[in-house]
Amino acid sequence: MPNPIPQPAMPQPAIAPPVERENYLNAKYGVWSWLLTTDHKRIALLYLLSITFFFFIGGFFALLIRLELLTPAGDLVQADTYNKLFTMHGMVMVFFFLIPSIPAVLGNFLVPMMIGAKDLAFPRINLLSWYLYIIGGVMMLHCMLTGGVDTGWTFYAPFSTNFTNTKIVEAGLAIFVAGFSSILTGLNFVVTIHRMRAPGMTWSRLPLFIWAHYATSIIQLLGTPVVAVTIVLVAAERALHLGIFDPKLGGDPLLFQHLFWFYSHPAVYIMILPSMGVVTEIIACFSRKRIFGYSFVAFSSIAIAVFGFLVWAHHMFVAGMSVYAALVFSLLSYAVAVPSAIKVFNWTATLYKGSIHYDAPMLYAFGFLGLFTIGGLTGLFLSALGINVHVTDTYFVVAHFHYIMVGGAVMGYLGGMHFWWPKISGKLYPEGWARLAALIVFIGFNLTFFPQFLLGYMGMPRRYYDYSHMPEFQILNVLSTAGATVLGVGYLLPMVYFLWSMRYGKPAPDNPWNAAGLEWKTPSPPPTFNFDEEPVVTWEAYNYDELDSPDKGAPHKEEVPVAR
Amino acid sequence: MPDSTVIGLHHEDEHHPELLHHFADAQQQRDSASLGMWVFLATEVMFFGGLFCAYLVYRHWYFPDFAAASKSIDATLGATNTAVLICSSLTVVLAVWAAQTARRTLLIVSLILTMLLGMAFLGIKGIEYREKFVEHHVPGASFSFDKVQVPGHPDQYANPHHAQIFFSLYFVMTGLHALHMIIGLGIFLWLLIMAWKGRFTPEWHTPVEIGGLYWHFVDIVWIYLFPLLYLIDRHP
Repeated sequence: MPNPIPQPAMPQPAIAPPVERENYLNAKYGVWSWLLTTDHKRIALLYLLSITFFFFIGGFFALLIRLELLTPAGDLVQADTYNKLFTMHGMVMVFFFLIPSIPAVLGNFLVPMMIGAKDLAFPRINLLSWYLYIIGGVMMLHCMLTGGVDTGWTFYAPFSTNFTNTKIVEAGLAIFVAGFSSILTGLNFVVTIHRMRAPGMTWSRLPLFIWAHYATSIIQLLGTPVVAVTIVLVAAERALHLGIFDPKLGGDPLLFQHLFWFYSHPAVYIMILPSMGVVTEIIACFSRKRIFGYSFVAFSSIAIAVFGFLVWAHHMFVAGMSVYAALVFSLLSYAVAVPSAIKVFNWTATLYKGSIHYDAPMLYAFGFLGLFTIGGLTGLFLSALGINVHVTDTYFVVAHFHYIMVGGAVMGYLGGMHFWWPKISGKLYPEGWARLAALIVFIGFNLTFFPQFLLGYMGMPRRYYDYSHMPEFQILNVLSTAGATVLGVGYLLPMVYFLWSMRYGKPAPDNPWNAAGLEWKTPSPPPTFNFDEEPVVTWEAYNYDELDSPDKGAPHKEEVPVAR
Repeated sequence: MPDSTVIGLHHEDEHHPELLHHFADAQQQRDSASLGMWVFLATEVMFFGGLFCAYLVYRHWYFPDFAAASKSIDATLGATNTAVLICSSLTVVLAVWAAQTARRTLLIVSLILTMLLGMAFLGIKGIEYREKFVEHHVPGASFSFDKVQVPGHPDQYANPHHAQIFFSLYFVMTGLHALHMIIGLGIFLWLLIMAWKGRFTPEWHTPVEIGGLYWHFVDIVWIYLFPLLYLIDRHP
């Protein structure tokens, strides 16, 4: 499929060197050269393989959930099994797919390249964080295979501490270990962004992807330890019946919820902020424009990270906390919408009068824009106390957070994978198939989750495996299950053609999108130390006007309107 | 023996053997390592912060019971431990200074002293834990805190459930602190071996500096834990 973005007349005379030049993929061979690598790009690929594995496990659980809900009666699985299915779906998807997804794969690959560094500041710690992730993942798999957990991914006390007989401690430890993997990744990014920038790469020249990852890292660093210590308390409580979360012994289950959500609400921003960073890059490139309001987009990432820590109790409006506290948390939850809206408006303003190209990454970015906006606005419904009480624990909530996490985070992840795949693999993916897949994902996603808004508003509770006393909900559930099937196909397709392209794809040029950014100024795939010579940055970020101006040998001006 | 190697390295800053390939110069490497440790310590603050938060909630709710439970732990041992840790902070500072100024013997002595003080702390902690075990103050099936008067209220007995929450937090907080001490001892053992081999020079002693940062942090956590757990409502 020809690339619709006009290519600049390449100044270098050589077409393609006869011998493949050395890059990070062919620098070394053998299993140990991967398992003991400290190259951030190779570690990114290790993460890519492992999170894809967990994505399909989590997806398999989702499939079983949707199949069970196809009919009102609880006929496919037992109630206990169903409880375990949605619990394991949530735990796997949140802790082993979404949280590491963009930061650990694309972030790992791109953060050093985008700032002109040879590697992350602590390459060995980077490898350690992958091993921690794998150890946590193996523990989680073991926990699943030996019985699983049935509390929901939130493992609320006192059910988790005093009543359930499932493998709480084991799952908790798995998350604890994976949490340290997340902390170490965040630590590496913060130090790298502070200390490893190339000469001339000032803070105001950083790609917004970097700002988004910086904000994400702050949340990982300050939030994750709190959930870690909460897990310690839950394990101790289960082992010794301390009473910390047990109301019978004077403890407070609400304290558990406060500690849990203090991390787990900001965790949503760990998932969505990197996605916003990806989308910013894509929108600027495929609109051929400088991003509108650079500093607003940059600081809105920081604002989301800061406000994100102040809103956790909106998960607890019906849990019995003070109404005055609820009022404050409701107000603060509204406040998070401001930086989020700043981003959406700035992206829209960037698109305005841009010369827009509808390549696959851009299709995902468009998908993100629409779905994130719906997810965000329904978030405002949920911040409002009155509506929140009405729809708490219904499918409205389920639909809302899937619009953010799947419609937002996963769309961004897929968009980013397509955008940077030529850089990562050195091969072009088949553009036609990719656009088709983007379309299928978008349709499948909406078909799956939009009916859930309606179901929730009508009153269908979440986490029920049997709704035979309200058979009128079946039609929407059938739609949702059908949508999930379509969505599953949409997710399988990229995996197939990415693998296909690694062997049969056309070799990618260094800068297939004619994009701005240091990562495009190095060969595809990049050499082990990223740049043949240390880059010196003398230009502002997103200088698409300069890239496209005719005197720079960039695409001809008259071609641009044709592409619109 | 160490001095000659130290001087030998003095003139070749850019080609220092400890400079890793992905850093432009030694300064960048040192700054990165130091910032990395500071950031890590920020995560540690949050790690203990969750526990401090739980402590504050329950102390506010169950003040009399917490005061009674707090009185049952030995403040003298706690105060001794505080003194021990403050002294160990001094020896850590000496170690860093010794590394900066190429005093190998002082460096080794300071590191050993620090480790000895750290082990003294853990020993005293062990005595304290043993006392609690003997008195059945360890939360769990054999926990007992019956008929213990609330300080200042001779007619009032502490609620054993609430006291158990105090002791739970006491053991989790001091236990995690002790775990950090043990990790610190491991780090210092490694520093000692490195110092013994004469690896630290005025140009490159980052491990001593950031190991010291970690040790100071663990000390500071104790500085907070001591009054919070031992000195809730004591009167002479």
